[in-house]
Amino acid sequence: MNAPLSSAQENKPMQPAGALQGLDVEAVRADFPIFAQEIHGKPLVYLDTAATSQKPEVVIDAVTKVYREANANVHRGVHLLSERATGLYEGARDRVRRFLGAASRKEIVFVRGTTEAVNLVASSFGEPRLEPGDRVVVTAMEHHSNIVPWKVACERKGAELAVIPMDENGDLVLDGLDELLDERCKMLAMVHVSNALGVVNPVKELIAKARERGIPTLVDAAQSVPHLAVNVQELGCDFLALSGHKAYGPTGIGVLYGREALLEGMRPYQGGGDMIATVSFDEVTYNDLPYRFEAGTPNIAGVVGLGAALDYLDGLGFDAIAAHEDELVAHARAALAEVPRVRLLGSPRKQAGAISMSLEGLHPHDIGTVLDSEGVAVRTGLHCAEPAIRHFGVSASVRASFGVYNRREDIDALVVGLRKAVDLLG
Amino acid sequence: MSNLRDLYQEVILDHAKKPKNFGPLEGDDVRSVRGFNPLCGDHYTVHVRVADGRVEAASFEGEGCAISKASASLMTDTLVGRTLEEAETLHHAFNELVTAEPTSAGERFEDAIADLGKLAVFAGVCEYPSRVKCASLAWHACRSALTEEDDTVTTE
Repeated sequence: MNAPLSSAQENKPMQPAGALQGLDVEAVRADFPIFAQEIHGKPLVYLDTAATSQKPEVVIDAVTKVYREANANVHRGVHLLSERATGLYEGARDRVRRFLGAASRKEIVFVRGTTEAVNLVASSFGEPRLEPGDRVVVTAMEHHSNIVPWKVACERKGAELAVIPMDENGDLVLDGLDELLDERCKMLAMVHVSNALGVVNPVKELIAKARERGIPTLVDAAQSVPHLAVNVQELGCDFLALSGHKAYGPTGIGVLYGREALLEGMRPYQGGGDMIATVSFDEVTYNDLPYRFEAGTPNIAGVVGLGAALDYLDGLGFDAIAAHEDELVAHARAALAEVPRVRLLGSPRKQAGAISMSLEGLHPHDIGTVLDSEGVAVRTGLHCAEPAIRHFGVSASVRASFGVYNRREDIDALVVGLRKAVDLLG
Repeated sequence: MSNLRDLYQEVILDHAKKPKNFGPLEGDDVRSVRGFNPLCGDHYTVHVRVADGRVEAASFEGEGCAISKASASLMTDTLVGRTLEEAETLHHAFNELVTAEPTSAGERFEDAIADLGKLAVFAGVCEYPSRVKCASLAWHACRSALTEEDDTVTTE
């Protein structure tokens, strides 16, 4: 399953017609108990992984095992269970560090999800550095979680939020980048893979440009981590945020990667237990990294489940995952183009995980209801990325998003459902 | 799941494609309220003119799904000529119709459904909990316009 791309391509003649390269999808599907059920009497066709991924048995088991065999608070007790829980929790931190290629485990902060990670950086790093007239730069396709925290910080400090535009294909327009990243720019925060459009942004190049100018960078990797190998040192970013539940892990757990030197200088985000060294009513001293940013009892089982999810992803191998999902996207683009009235939103140079579309004269909600009756789960609406969808002159879209368990047949079922929607809704 | 035709009845699809009372309403005595659903982006502005305690005219503008648009169309059609009291009763009856428990819709709200006339085509909505807000969006905006409460209402 770890076969490199080249050997997967060599294997092509051996594959049965219509099979996807790279992954044994039927074996993968057997790992996910949710596919054992039917939806409205039809097989579940889950095309909403960008909203949240389904969970493999190994993740469900890892979470259950914590509660059954190792449940205790971490960093506190001298008893065996607490040591066991602490070992699992801190072991998962090491797992995340290896997964992201971070230099130190001090750079891995557990948070609730990408949203909390961005809020933490905007509040504890971004806002204190902003002066009136300064600028925070984001892209035109951000999720609301990478817009609103910066907007709040800018409003408090009299700074402005500026946007790298995108073209009609959904690709970023970088012509004006030098003007945006001038001496007024104090932060570049950008999405790696767009949740609404599936666009893969050239974040490494953008980070390099920002670094030349001494501008700190944050990457929203919520949608890239499930699909691409993400290495923080290769990217060169200062901060990176991800959500466990988008990457086959549990909900309610995420990671903030932060460069140690920057985290060291940041004020705490929340106060409470575990983030302090000493407390008196006169003075508080703070704990070391990364604990300074983990106030209160953490989501212990969630962290352990996240570790199991990363093991699962690495076990499949990102070369195989990328080959599989590239082919799904290509098949989907070709198949959807044949459906009457379908307009695909964007045709980016590189696309991963998701495709957004509109159908002329039909509203996405109505389409979503018809698709649901066929057992096909998609997301409809604005996908928490209103500017990205409105860019295409529509007020909502139908989004199909993919994971390791999707087959070509899932896309064929989507096409059948869309045709049914056109027939029914007229 | 029940038959999709119960939800998307011909009357609903006709009103969605060719909505009645779709457009602005002029005049100083017109009250307008914007209703929107922040989760999906559906938004309508409902305009009403009230004279002598009756809805003299009603119209709407905006965009959204077939259910929300048909609901706004049939609502404005039904409300014209009604007293404010009647409009309030209709609002409650409609709400009960679209939020009823699927199994008991028929028995519990028989009277309300009977009073609703053409609006009874929305009875199928209660089988689709995620679509209830679509059906009731324009009604919330309209009620706010008639009672002169807020200038903007949301489904959340």
